[in-house]
Amino acid sequence: MCQVDEDYHDQFEHADPPSVSKKCVKCKEATAAVVIRARDVYCRGCFKEYFIHKFRAMLGKNRIIFPGEKVLLAVSGGPSSCSMLSQVQEGLSQNAHKKLRFLPGIIYIDEGGAVGQSVKDRLRMVAELQAVFKATGFPFHIVPLEQVLDLPSSVVMKAPSPSEQPASAYKAAVDNFIQNDSSSCLTPQEQEETSLPDVQESHTQLLQQLIGSAKTLTAKEDLLNTLRQHLLVHTARTEGYSKLMLGDNCTRVAVKLLTSISLGRGAQLAQDTGFSDFRYDDVIFVRPMRDYSAKEIAYYNHMFKVPSVFIPNLDTKKTDKASIQHLTETFVTKLQTDFPSTVSTIYRTSEKLQTACKSSSTADHSDRCLLCMCALDTAVEDASAFKATLISEQLSGATTTEIPRQNPTPVNTESTAPTGQCCSSETGEDCGRAASGGGSCSSAKAPETTDLKSLLCYSCQLTIKDMSSVDQLPQYILSEAHRRLMRSQMREVISGFLLDDGDEAD
Amino acid sequence: MPVLCSSCGNKRAVLKRPKTGHSLCKECFFWAFEEEVHQTIVSAKLFNHGERVGIAASGGKDSTVLAHLMKLLNERYNYGLELMLLSVDEGITGYRDDSLETVKRNEQQYELPLKIVSYEELYGWTMDAIVKQVGLKNNCTFCGVFRRQALDRGAIILKVDKICTGHNADDVAETVLMNVLRGDIARLRRCTAISTSSEGDGVVPRCKPLKYAYEKEIVLYAYFKKLDYFSTECIYSPNAYRGYARTFLKDLESVRPSSIMDVIHSGENLSVREGVKMPQQGTCNRCGYISSQALCKSCVLLEGLNRGLPRLGIGKHHRLHDKILSQQPLTEKEERKLKAVDF
Ligand SMILES: [Zn+2]
Ligand SMILES: [Zn+2]
Ligand SMILES: [Zn+2]
Ligand SMILES: [Zn+2]
Ligand SMILES: [Zn+2]
Repeated sequence: MCQVDEDYHDQFEHADPPSVSKKCVKCKEATAAVVIRARDVYCRGCFKEYFIHKFRAMLGKNRIIFPGEKVLLAVSGGPSSCSMLSQVQEGLSQNAHKKLRFLPGIIYIDEGGAVGQSVKDRLRMVAELQAVFKATGFPFHIVPLEQVLDLPSSVVMKAPSPSEQPASAYKAAVDNFIQNDSSSCLTPQEQEETSLPDVQESHTQLLQQLIGSAKTLTAKEDLLNTLRQHLLVHTARTEGYSKLMLGDNCTRVAVKLLTSISLGRGAQLAQDTGFSDFRYDDVIFVRPMRDYSAKEIAYYNHMFKVPSVFIPNLDTKKTDKASIQHLTETFVTKLQTDFPSTVSTIYRTSEKLQTACKSSSTADHSDRCLLCMCALDTAVEDASAFKATLISEQLSGATTTEIPRQNPTPVNTESTAPTGQCCSSETGEDCGRAASGGGSCSSAKAPETTDLKSLLCYSCQLTIKDMSSVDQLPQYILSEAHRRLMRSQMREVISGFLLDDGDEAD
Repeated sequence: MPVLCSSCGNKRAVLKRPKTGHSLCKECFFWAFEEEVHQTIVSAKLFNHGERVGIAASGGKDSTVLAHLMKLLNERYNYGLELMLLSVDEGITGYRDDSLETVKRNEQQYELPLKIVSYEELYGWTMDAIVKQVGLKNNCTFCGVFRRQALDRGAIILKVDKICTGHNADDVAETVLMNVLRGDIARLRRCTAISTSSEGDGVVPRCKPLKYAYEKEIVLYAYFKKLDYFSTECIYSPNAYRGYARTFLKDLESVRPSSIMDVIHSGENLSVREGVKMPQQGTCNRCGYISSQALCKSCVLLEGLNRGLPRLGIGKHHRLHDKILSQQPLTEKEERKLKAVDF
């Protein structure tokens, strides 16, 4: 049967070969040096102006960063985040009315421990980045990912609600700032000699065990991403930053959007790809580079000598089908070479998605995913992919499990199963392994995979499912999981006596 | 040592379910597969007792399995539905002739009445004739648009309350991905719906009972049940865009088998920003079918075919709709543009 039920023609416009030795479309005088799109050719000077303007325009349009606010720039060493860093420098050096008015700091998370880099390589890379950071004069924080193991549970708990900042507050803050402006507030703090903080070898091993407990590269990458976010948020909080800038460019946003869809994160798309991400209440993530294509950034960095550092990651040198993240990236990149409108079309989709409702401070925090902190998307209607999957698993599993007949919340049924009984159909495999390894199935301390699932969004459940055990998860996650499970058990016990659904703040 | 069925635990497993990875015996697989479709039908409230339901039958594996299951479940669970088969004859020599033979055999096997509506009788053009005029590159535009309307017209002739189609989980996931690649937010929002309520006059509500069934499991089911289906792909191959989405989905599935469901879950939970403009649905001024333009796609395509201007329905020529409606002549330049067809 022909599957085509609608018309899909004229989608892709093929690439026009770039025209040679044209004049700049902006000043119409100088010879063009950069081809951005087929007909958009710029000379060097106009390209720089265009690039810088775009950054300021993006921040101006969204009005989310207040004058005088402390903003942490997450720099990975890659071209995009390094370009972001240079744009902030550029913006701070502009004359009065064009000047950026926030107080930047830099964070670099050294993930060398997770990807199996040697200590020597890690030190060399850190030294390289340190040189780049020092040259900016901004305060900077170099944090090894191992520190995620010592985070407090507050990272995955509800943060105290930030004071309300109505739209009018922005203008007031600007006026106030202009009156009191003195360049002194931009003087960088005294920079002490920072080197890679001591990382205990045992910590690196624990981190590697944690990443290693994920059986697939897809889950490894997802886990790493979650841990990185937690560490970023924690550092921002402890150092007093209320905004965190990520270097995701347009190409990255397009890849991320398609990746998120493929990983079942449709409900979280807007947070994952939008300009601002409010999931951490008091630390707001922003993506000021999301309008730039990877190509533009490469041109700019090359022309204006913006330094960047190659940092290997988990999927470096892996095959195309090694992970969903990697597969998606390859797919988008290939399609983009054939059809140059691919990235911008996907990017436009992200513009039309609902931006995360500014964290409703009334919502009970246990409604959020323990790992990614997004609203849970598992309380769906019976006719849904999520319920259909549960039914499939129950129907092909052991006959002892009954089919839930119109049970509105199979997830909860699972989570409230007696903790001693761990050999449910889904984790049968794990139990077998634990038994053969001499481990017992007792679950007095750590929550079981099945228990944990009830605290996770659809996509994070997939990640946990790909893990051989959840025991390796850092303590801050496990103890918060324990606390939430206790709360929900208590709620169940007293549910008959509560007058409405209202849950007292934890 | 033979692997035992993970469900009954005593028979030998004969297959590994692509959807869950469980090893099952034949009977347990049949039971699980049928039960799942039943659960989908019940939980999504797809049908009401006493309804006349047309099963869109193409002779392919999806619609054959659908016809088989609808018949079986209707009896097993007493849905009280009056079922019939509805086929579209596009007029494609070799492809449709053979597949229609399959549908005719299904009519006998399942003892369900069959209605065939043909492009020729509805539009005066067979697909073969259309391809001769528009070339191979653009024919799927016609195939898709005409097919959609043909099913509706057939359903009206049969006086059915609903049409169910054989779209499976892979099809739905593929469509989600395709709409992301096309940036088509309106379709992205609609494409995961399991059923469409009547959108207007002349449009019969549709539903997809196999929405959560994996294509591979449909094939397994048909194989072990020895169902009679026609397996050749449409000789007028589907368009490139769907091809990319399909390949990508297959790759995703090979990395993580749950990907198909994961993509559907994503599609079901997308929220579109308020204030994003959605195309306004109206009706076609000529035939009354739903359309966001003055003329529905099918009428535009037909007009193009009948006037020897095949490109009319292929590009975006909304500006010309008023001219066509009021029967004004086209300028020479317009004519030239609409005639050119690259084969
Ligand atoms: Zn210029
Ligand atoms: Zn999550
Ligand atoms: Zn069995
Ligand atoms: Zn076709
Ligand atoms: Zn019409």
